[in-house]
Amino acid sequence: MSDAKIPGDLFYTTEHEWARIEGDRLTVGITAFAVEQLGDVTLVQIDVKAGADVVPGKAFGTIDSVKTTSELFAPVAGKVVEVNGTLDANPERVNEDCYGEGWMVVIQAADRGDLAKLLGPDAYRAHVDASAH
Amino acid sequence: MTDGHDPAAPLRRTALHALHAEAGARLVPFAGWEMPVQYKGIVDEHHTVRRAVGLFDVSHMGELELRGEWAGHVVDYLVTNDAKQLVDGQAMYTCACNEAGTILDDLIVYRAAVDRWLVVCNASNRPKMSAVFRAAAVDHCEFEDRSDDTALVAIQGPRAFELLARAGSDAAGLAALGSFRFRDTIIANVKCTAARTGYTGEDGVEVFCAWKDAPALWSQLLELGRDLGCAPCGLGARDTLRLEARLSLYGNDIDETTNPLEAGLGWVVKLAKGDFVGRAALEAVKQAGLSRKLVGFEVTGRGVARHGYPLRDEAGAEVGVCTSGSPGPTVGKNIGLGYLPAAMAEVGRTFKVDCRGKLVDAAVVKTPFYRRTA
Repeated sequence: MSDAKIPGDLFYTTEHEWARIEGDRLTVGITAFAVEQLGDVTLVQIDVKAGADVVPGKAFGTIDSVKTTSELFAPVAGKVVEVNGTLDANPERVNEDCYGEGWMVVIQAADRGDLAKLLGPDAYRAHVDASAH
Repeated sequence: MTDGHDPAAPLRRTALHALHAEAGARLVPFAGWEMPVQYKGIVDEHHTVRRAVGLFDVSHMGELELRGEWAGHVVDYLVTNDAKQLVDGQAMYTCACNEAGTILDDLIVYRAAVDRWLVVCNASNRPKMSAVFRAAAVDHCEFEDRSDDTALVAIQGPRAFELLARAGSDAAGLAALGSFRFRDTIIANVKCTAARTGYTGEDGVEVFCAWKDAPALWSQLLELGRDLGCAPCGLGARDTLRLEARLSLYGNDIDETTNPLEAGLGWVVKLAKGDFVGRAALEAVKQAGLSRKLVGFEVTGRGVARHGYPLRDEAGAEVGVCTSGSPGPTVGKNIGLGYLPAAMAEVGRTFKVDCRGKLVDAAVVKTPFYRRTA
């Protein structure tokens, strides 16, 4: 059982990314549970630039902690609008503030209908509890 | 990870399991055991050991005892280092090889007396090594696998001996122990054997005690060391600490597909000591020259090398493999170990690490990455 914070106003994926939805745009980061599993983040590499297309299931970057390397996935298909360049020099922001300063990309969804496929906070909590065992 | 253990078998627990859980450790499967990978965080625990003193529960490791007049000969025949050079109360690091000269395990061998020897093996190799030593002992000496009743606690860091000074009256005796020397002693009212060994690159001791006594030893040391900055440390920090010190990890850097000479462990292979298992094969390897070498490298580009990542030459051809890699919290760089062709193994040589399809610059560097100054 994890007591990692899961804000009620965000949406989630089974890969432990969060999305803040504003219109057809999603700000994306990794969840507190993911951060807890990773430990100290040492390197965030976002391999896409603004304007690039992303699709779910294909990594758009990697995040390294002392322990392991994890891939970053887009929650929905779309176009990258903005990349958080500050993580290059300050990967620890992901540990400090994963739902705020530690955001990674902003994506413009290709199809707003895809947003309905994201998990709500309760569904994500259930997923975390299941994967924490 | 495939470590030869039945994944369906229940995980074993050390005598300290309840204390780990109570301390908030994250417990993970490791070599058939449920072990703490971290308590507060790997980097935090890494620095605790480099700057103060950390405790590790390594009770999962195997302890094999051989007794009798011929025990020393049996041990010496199974290992690559020269056990005949040991005196009472002295230990040594060594490999045990098979006839093909590849590594069955890396071990520490302890001579308690001419007729009483202890061999400490990796947890993942305990069934295999227990069988190897048991078989070799038949008709020559007594053999007993003491792993199930022997706990092992490592006390590591620059303040280790300050902590020990608070934990009993044998502090002077412990402080006087030379490297790889050991003695029977009492620490925190627990009868134990303390050896000046470790797997972190720091000074300290590793303490063997009865399984049932381990919780008392552990709790008292933590209590006595609190204001020294003493804290429990998990396998995660143990891995970053040993990597910075360039200590091999069995199953990562060495295994039954690697020989000690190419792994940089030639210093524990004594071809002239007399016959031992693997000697002929290692002699042949030495004659033929090494085709590859385990090197230390620094990732100079942006990326972290991990176990299993391919190593490529500047033209992109696959030439080797990374066996260990992670950020090094003390050295402040992304470091790794890997096998490269002997012709590419010189310090300064540049190559690429294939980080999930991304080719990242790296260079061979001198090891250890970290060496303590005191």
